[in-house]
Amino acid sequence: MNIVGQLAPLAFGLAAIGSGIGVGIIVGKTIESVARQPELQGRLQGLMFLGIALTEALCFIAIAVAFIPFPAP
Amino acid sequence: MAEDGSDDGGFHGPSIEEFFPAPVLFAGTPFELNRVMLIRLLVVVVLVIILLLATRRLKVVPTRGQAAFEFVFGFVRNNIVIETLGEKDGKRFMPLLMTIFFLTLGLNITGVIPPFNIASTALIGLPLLMALLAYVLFIYAGIKKFGFRYFKNALILPGVPIVITPLIAVLEFLSTFILRPVTLTLRLVMNMVAGHMLLVLCFSATHFFFFTVLASGNFLGLLGAGTFVFGIAFTLLEIFVAALQAYVFTILTAIYIQMSLAEEH
Repeated sequence: MNIVGQLAPLAFGLAAIGSGIGVGIIVGKTIESVARQPELQGRLQGLMFLGIALTEALCFIAIAVAFIPFPAP
Repeated sequence: MAEDGSDDGGFHGPSIEEFFPAPVLFAGTPFELNRVMLIRLLVVVVLVIILLLATRRLKVVPTRGQAAFEFVFGFVRNNIVIETLGEKDGKRFMPLLMTIFFLTLGLNITGVIPPFNIASTALIGLPLLMALLAYVLFIYAGIKKFGFRYFKNALILPGVPIVITPLIAVLEFLSTFILRPVTLTLRLVMNMVAGHMLLVLCFSATHFFFFTVLASGNFLGLLGAGTFVFGIAFTLLEIFVAALQAYVFTILTAIYIQMSLAEEH
């Protein structure tokens, strides 16, 4: 049996697992910290977005891979 | 949007070609404008008019419209810029960050307004331009404050053992000077592309179910009601995403500037 299709969406899906978990941990920990020390909310929010931006980067690289013109085998 | 639903009886899903429509004006010249470019120009004109009208006669006791604008402006000013950069530096970079926020919001929101139906940030050109603006901005802020020492600050972290300093420097270089603009661009573009695809899929499926399947007497076409409800739900989600992406783009630019200005990491 032959299965024909693109592998790029699969790559995105696999990358999304990791960065999804990562973003979840970051946001969850930030909420925990804000619950402990509400006065730090502003600074923690900044750090949270920075962390999300770095974690999400992997996901975006996976999307971009689909547009890289690899030579055909 | 739904016109690609059912011409020859089959179902056509959305494709990437929708983001590259045929040119409308000045075809063949370097200034050729297609639909998306026209939407961009229109949005800019509308933004300028709205902002001019909103700030022309400011009163101490605000009218209802002025109060709405003061709410949005106050949110960007206090919750994004001043919160991240502080009072003094915040005021320096306020005009640019404010421009980035309103431009992104205005261009994103066209994705759900009926005659346009495509977010003009879904083409990579404009997000790339804004990300490059943010890139130049945070490097400029760092160099203005520290001179050449800015690059040393950015690459070499204090308290790192001397053995792995080169490794950390390479990683920091990658994340600061390459990944930052790339992710700023791709985050905005891909969110808008995915949102547009979802909306087109829902509404063209509705069109297909109602006008092809149901019209031919097959009651499976009633599934169209479900896709229609999902389309409405995703439209609401897209309005939220448009505002969220404008917020994220602005706050990340502000954070990058703040990191350039910070004395030590």
